[in-house]
Amino acid sequence: MSDTILVIVEQREGKLNRVSWETITAGQAIAAATGWTLEAAVAGAGPGGIATEIAGKKLAKVYAVDSPKLEPYTPDAFAASLKQFITAKQPKLVLMPHTYQVRDFVPKLATAMGRTVISDCIGFKHENGKLLFTRQMFQGKLSADVSFTSEAPWFATFQNGAFRGDQAEAGASAAPVETVNVQIAEPVIRTKPQEVFKEAKQAVDLTQAELIVAVGRGIKEQKNIELAKQLADALGAELAASRPICDSGWLPMDRQVGSSGQTVAPKLYLALGISGAIQHIVGMKGARSIIAINKDSEAPIFEIADYAVVGNLFDIVPPLTEEVKKAKG
Amino acid sequence: MKILVCMKQVPQKDASLKLNETGTWIREDVSYEVNEPDAFALEEALRQREKHKGEVVVITAGPGRAQQVLREALAKGADRAIHLEDNSFVGLDAFNTAKAFAAAIKDEKFDMIFTGLQSDDYGYAQTGVILAELLGWPHATIIMQIEKTDAGIKVKRELEAGYFQYVEMPLPAVLTIQSGINKLRYATLIGIKQAKNKPVRKVALAEVQSAIGENLQKIERLYVPQKTKKTEYIEGPPGEIAKKLVDKLRNELRVL
Repeated sequence: MSDTILVIVEQREGKLNRVSWETITAGQAIAAATGWTLEAAVAGAGPGGIATEIAGKKLAKVYAVDSPKLEPYTPDAFAASLKQFITAKQPKLVLMPHTYQVRDFVPKLATAMGRTVISDCIGFKHENGKLLFTRQMFQGKLSADVSFTSEAPWFATFQNGAFRGDQAEAGASAAPVETVNVQIAEPVIRTKPQEVFKEAKQAVDLTQAELIVAVGRGIKEQKNIELAKQLADALGAELAASRPICDSGWLPMDRQVGSSGQTVAPKLYLALGISGAIQHIVGMKGARSIIAINKDSEAPIFEIADYAVVGNLFDIVPPLTEEVKKAKG
Repeated sequence: MKILVCMKQVPQKDASLKLNETGTWIREDVSYEVNEPDAFALEEALRQREKHKGEVVVITAGPGRAQQVLREALAKGADRAIHLEDNSFVGLDAFNTAKAFAAAIKDEKFDMIFTGLQSDDYGYAQTGVILAELLGWPHATIIMQIEKTDAGIKVKRELEAGYFQYVEMPLPAVLTIQSGINKLRYATLIGIKQAKNKPVRKVALAEVQSAIGENLQKIERLYVPQKTKKTEYIEGPPGEIAKKLVDKLRNELRVL
């Protein structure tokens, strides 16, 4: 039997998390490079519908790992059921999206099996028969190619946006779906989750904004936010921020861009004093064009910028605002 | 409440990083600071102690320089510290770091263990959850609020895209703390003075060696990421930069 790659897609409250398509694309790419068989699984309470949904993609098989105890989500139940399933199937490689839910249970699952997770990967390499996973280090300043030194199964998670979900290849015919019932003893689940809720109605929808001016730590003080606001007003742009700015209360949380905030894709993203930590980048790298102004020439934001200004934003923003006003006449 | 806070020393945010000779790690002659998420974890532990009494213990693994992180934590109000002191701790994967911590605290009885949600160097976001599994404790990640209840604790988890969830759980438990959960305090002069007399237990590699094994994953090479985008640098005095940017906005990006 050939080695198997198992993609575990994510469902929340019976809905497929779209980022799962990206993980399927990643799995198909690794399968093509290694010649390994690609299968997928979804865990939940009656996840058959989702299993059928993904079975349209080019996969050898799809498993619905089923237990009423998998709803609502708990790390205890997910780790216990997937441990049973993976121990029985013995895949070589297990892939998942690097979501908050996966981060919550996959280190526990791997540890329970005496294995490790290479987390938050942005790509893979297959060199001389060896699989390497690329991940960002030091907040994106450096990248690392990481290998597994343990026995299989190996676990890896992929960062949001690392692969294109719309490139997941469809199969010639639907993959067979098999339901696997797992038993979870009651005492296994120790946490009691309550309903998922939204804090307040999101007043600002940055996802539809065409132009965004965003501020980061480099703005230094709350009163300096005004500088960015004047530029945003002159451009007719929405004002946004990286997490530390919202944590400090300098701008409301609904203006936060990044993994814990909104994911945006404007025509222009003008980043002022934003270093470009991974958690921020994942929320804005889909922008059509990026202008970055930062005094640190090694700031990771410059890696993805179309136009880069290495300099002091306090010197550059006021004349820029004036020039924009003039241009708009 | 007896709380352990796992803390890490990482290169300063704006440190210029250089690769070592083998290209597998950075040259260590840079400035270091406390991993920011861990500072929020410490602050939360101090606040819990203020509400419920008890003790706050901080632990780190790293060479001599890492003691600075513990000193700062003690100056802010932590009661005592544990230092797993050896150069080789820097190269451990998350699995082995958690195993070393578990071994170092085997004679202690904590109610809660806090970690920051991830480190700014490796960025595994795993050590806390692994430690919970090794200890056989429940855990919850990316925590924004902690309340004591009769049966244990009720925590507020941050989910993606602005969603949250309350979770009730028994103690002892491991929590990974989200940055921004609280406002960080500064160390006071008197705190800094008192820190000098607070106990720091040193744990040598030999004491935990039997608990840790070979790393399960290995950094084959570390490198400056290849640019996928062509970046145009705009230079000159501020007024000129402003003019050039407006020209780009108008004629190339067509947003003006």
